[in-house]
Amino acid sequence: MHKTDFPVEKYRKDFPILERKIGKYPLVYFDNAATSQTPKQVIEAISNYYATYNSNIHRGVHTLSNEATDAYEQSRKKIQVHFNAAHPHEIIFTSGTTHAINLVASGFKNFIKDGDELIVSALEHHSNIVPWQMLCEQTGAVLKVIPMLQSGILDMKAFDQMLSDKTKLIFCNHVSNALGVINPISELIEKGHSVGAAVLIDGAQAAPHIQANVQELDVDFYVVSAHKMCGPTGVGVLYAKEEWLNKLPPYQGGGEMIAEVSFEKTTYAGLPHKFEAGTPNICGGIAFGAALDYMNAIGIKNIAEYENELLTYATTRLKEIPELRIIGDVAHKTAVISFVVEGVHPYDIGSILDKMGIAVRTGHHCAQPIMDFYQIPGTIRASFSFYNTFEEIDRLIEALKRALSMLL
Amino acid sequence: MSSIKDIQEEIKEEFMQFEDWMERYEYMIDLGRSLPLIDQAYKTDEYIIKGCQSKVWVYAELNDDKLVFTADSDAIITKGIIAILIRAFSNQHPSDIMNAETGFIDEIGLKEHLSPTRANGLVSMIKQIKLYALAFQTQIKES
Repeated sequence: MHKTDFPVEKYRKDFPILERKIGKYPLVYFDNAATSQTPKQVIEAISNYYATYNSNIHRGVHTLSNEATDAYEQSRKKIQVHFNAAHPHEIIFTSGTTHAINLVASGFKNFIKDGDELIVSALEHHSNIVPWQMLCEQTGAVLKVIPMLQSGILDMKAFDQMLSDKTKLIFCNHVSNALGVINPISELIEKGHSVGAAVLIDGAQAAPHIQANVQELDVDFYVVSAHKMCGPTGVGVLYAKEEWLNKLPPYQGGGEMIAEVSFEKTTYAGLPHKFEAGTPNICGGIAFGAALDYMNAIGIKNIAEYENELLTYATTRLKEIPELRIIGDVAHKTAVISFVVEGVHPYDIGSILDKMGIAVRTGHHCAQPIMDFYQIPGTIRASFSFYNTFEEIDRLIEALKRALSMLL
Repeated sequence: MSSIKDIQEEIKEEFMQFEDWMERYEYMIDLGRSLPLIDQAYKTDEYIIKGCQSKVWVYAELNDDKLVFTADSDAIITKGIIAILIRAFSNQHPSDIMNAETGFIDEIGLKEHLSPTRANGLVSMIKQIKLYALAFQTQIKES
């Protein structure tokens, strides 16, 4: 018996997609780290927006526009409160985490010069590597990499040694998307600040499991995507300290982001609009707020506690399979298990699991440097959410055993 | 020597015997294990077909006026898919390969692998086989 009294069956009823069948099998959705599923409360917020008050926001004089503006700005406020930002205008709506990182990287062009150093962790998603490589190419700055240890954690001693007064920026994910490992971000932030560097934390994978308190962390930038936390795709936020948002130049020009425009001179709007050119994903922003309401009603702590039980159970059961090796089997992680099976390509396992209704992700998870480190073509990644069950994990194990009987 | 069309019919008949996906996949895995393997010397980046997840190498050479394919992949199901293609297209005249239909893939239940965005690169494999045929056809004409 499992300890938990978490009412998973009650929450499962909120997710219409969980009733789907894949072939003759009921869907088992274990690809939550790629995108989470959407509860009916969020689907209703989306349909309610289009059915009753769809209109463009800000500066409208009519009722619909005012309603949409209010809902959008309320959502910003909810996000501010959730992450404990000091001001609503420190929350910039973006199309997602990737957009948010690019916004910051682009803005830093003015502050980085030849010979400056940027530090990235070896555990990053490509979206937190490539924008910075581009920044380095443009400025002549040097990109340094915090190496990882065989266990899957960052080599913090090596980090200490690469820090210097040349370090201008540090970026790292809160949780590794490929392995689920939770990184020591408080230490990175504190040590980064001690040499005067700014720190960006990619919270995309952490946000569904850990409620980051940006003021307590004292982080300069924290970025998330709504679709990892029961919200829709195509929307996310950049949290940045007000002082940084004042310093950074606008990312894109257009409507919404201006105060006054003439052909001689344009002045920019104040925060947050300076960084929100064009008509935003209004419905997405509102639905993000609805998703936060949904998750907070359950409680992120309760979610994490239950997911942790799922993780422990799945880890124990996966270890029954002797050929299977978990990558990043560390104590401090979220409900993600990345594994390989000796002599079998992840793609083959993923294809056969799919035939049995089980959705996992296979491949390099947009983190090729990690796969290169372990010298593997990729992993099979099962990532759990609070609407998953212990029975579904049993089905994964059975299906895996069956797949391996075909493949080995 | 059977025509491409005849071989495709044969493959279709074989696949029709299977009652469920499991038998189909088991058969594909068997086919993968019997794939005419590419010479190690050609297992290089030059002969790789870039798919997202599994690597596929395909090599072609002329034997008299017939084109013979060998291949390999690091994933066994992908090997099965390429083995089916090779069985249908190998040892055929380049012009016949160029003109051959590929609808049988759909009919044997591999339609799901046909979308260009799929990870296994079946579409790229067919494209590469056809490109080889085109290149060798041009070579034959010129000589």
